[in-house]
Amino acid sequence: MTESRGEKLFYRFNYVFLTLLMIIVLFPVLYVLSASFSSPDAVVSGRVILFPVEPTLDAYKAVFREPTIWLGYANTLFYTVAGTLVSMVLTICGAYSLSKRRLKGRKAINLMISFTLVFNAGIIPIYMNFRSLDLLDTRSAIIFGFAISTFNVIILRTFFQSVPEELEEAARIDGASEATILLQIMLPLSKAALATVTLFYAVGRWNGYFWAMVLLRSEDKVPLQVLLNRLVVQMKPSDSMMVTDSSYLIAETVIYATIVVAVLPMMLFYPFIQKYFVHGVMIGSIKG
Amino acid sequence: MPALPVKTGGLGKTLRRDWFLYAILVPFVLWYILFAFKPMYGLQIAFKDYSVFQGIAGSPWAGFSHFETFLQSDYFLRVLKNTLLISLYSLLFAFPAPILLALLLNDVKNAMFKKMVQTITYLPHFISVVVVCGIVTNLLAPGNGIVNLLLEQLGFEKIYFLAVPEYFRTIFISMGIWQEMGFSAIIYIAALAGINTDLYEAAVVDGANKWKRMLNVTLPGILPTIMIMLILKIGSLLEVGYEAIILLYQPATYETADVINSYVYREGILNGRYDMATAVGLFNSVVGLLLIVISNRLSKKYTGNGLW
Repeated sequence: MTESRGEKLFYRFNYVFLTLLMIIVLFPVLYVLSASFSSPDAVVSGRVILFPVEPTLDAYKAVFREPTIWLGYANTLFYTVAGTLVSMVLTICGAYSLSKRRLKGRKAINLMISFTLVFNAGIIPIYMNFRSLDLLDTRSAIIFGFAISTFNVIILRTFFQSVPEELEEAARIDGASEATILLQIMLPLSKAALATVTLFYAVGRWNGYFWAMVLLRSEDKVPLQVLLNRLVVQMKPSDSMMVTDSSYLIAETVIYATIVVAVLPMMLFYPFIQKYFVHGVMIGSIKG
Repeated sequence: MPALPVKTGGLGKTLRRDWFLYAILVPFVLWYILFAFKPMYGLQIAFKDYSVFQGIAGSPWAGFSHFETFLQSDYFLRVLKNTLLISLYSLLFAFPAPILLALLLNDVKNAMFKKMVQTITYLPHFISVVVVCGIVTNLLAPGNGIVNLLLEQLGFEKIYFLAVPEYFRTIFISMGIWQEMGFSAIIYIAALAGINTDLYEAAVVDGANKWKRMLNVTLPGILPTIMIMLILKIGSLLEVGYEAIILLYQPATYETADVINSYVYREGILNGRYDMATAVGLFNSVVGLLLIVISNRLSKKYTGNGLW
């Protein structure tokens, strides 16, 4: 196929445009990274644009000296691991049962969970529900209260339905119990879908802040994101972060270092997990 | 319970055969009852004068008075206008962005370059709302934010962007495009990959140039996907990302930034006016439900399939 002059021009423009787009997308992230490694003076005077100026680790020293950051990290890790585990157990239980067409009452339950997709009680009734269950300011509220995402149930249910029934029948004839069929046949066959749903939950848990902010009061229970809201968005770094031995450290570089510390795990992982997200979007879109 | 007359499988037989499935279904259903449906019982306080001491059931009925108060207040027009305008602007600017990106990526022949653009544009999707808002707040900060530092170097006045009502929607929607454009493009990239290449070859044989092929082959090929996404978007017109709004707005920008759910959050959680805030939230949920029903009708009419 020969290309006309106009087409050649278009392809060239396309590469230039997409390169510019990548720079625009990356710029805020690169700036934050560079600023966190620069001296406060260089940042405040606008000399940092793309690369660190007067490189220093002072901001990171201040961040790592801050005990609340460590605590927030530990809490987030706990909520992510424990929460994702609870989410997966409940989601597998529901999605597996609901994937069986022979199950009586399946339609009613499917209708019930679908209803929650189009209508929810809203912020205040959900908050009051936690209060009436005596779950305000508890870790259980975060771990159990937000355990199931109907969207993920549907993804997993769709996948389980695509596994041929003959496999299950064959195992049953061989004398396998129902639990064995689920644990040793269905789950190993569904690794890709399970990975997708696990990652959806884990990333949601790691990044979640709204309900943690609303429900948790004790300082020792708040996850990193709630802490970040205070430190980075409201820009109220705690006093201990501002005091250093050597020189004065202004809020700016400490804030940028805090952002880097907070997003680093996700930035390192996401290139490896993005394919599962793409996979999840595709399954989700087939089922609407 | 006595076994029902056995036909192809009475209740007794079903339970015997599928007890395991029912057993693992119990915690699942229990979760929905406890955390999804029980809150709906609390919706009744939208119609009550709620008092903490009398509880949800014991508080006296107040009819539609909270709805009337809300509809007659200045807040109603403000939050409705802001919610709809943010939705409308994001429909105009944020909705076409991933389509455009997918179309441009579709014409990239270098597979490595394509993969690189995709990976980099997916990145912001994985950053939390708090951190994204933190980055925006700090880069636009009035004193030492990079944007103002650059403006100053170029000889302009510094601007406190996040305190100017006129800028709020632009900032909020640009932030949304930055965060989701790449990831939202996935679905269109897949649709483009599904177009039969024979169609392109036939078009070339017919002498169609790049632009004509785009108009007559590419766009019709992804139109069903665009329609479905558009209809889904209409269904969620009232969902404008209040979690990010309450991080970015401040009293100075309420006039353009305050949406229905940010108002619910402030009135209910921060000011403790539970009954009023529940009424406003219920208004939001009911209108949202109506929009979904309408968009589902549209979807069935124009694309042949819907959510139910």
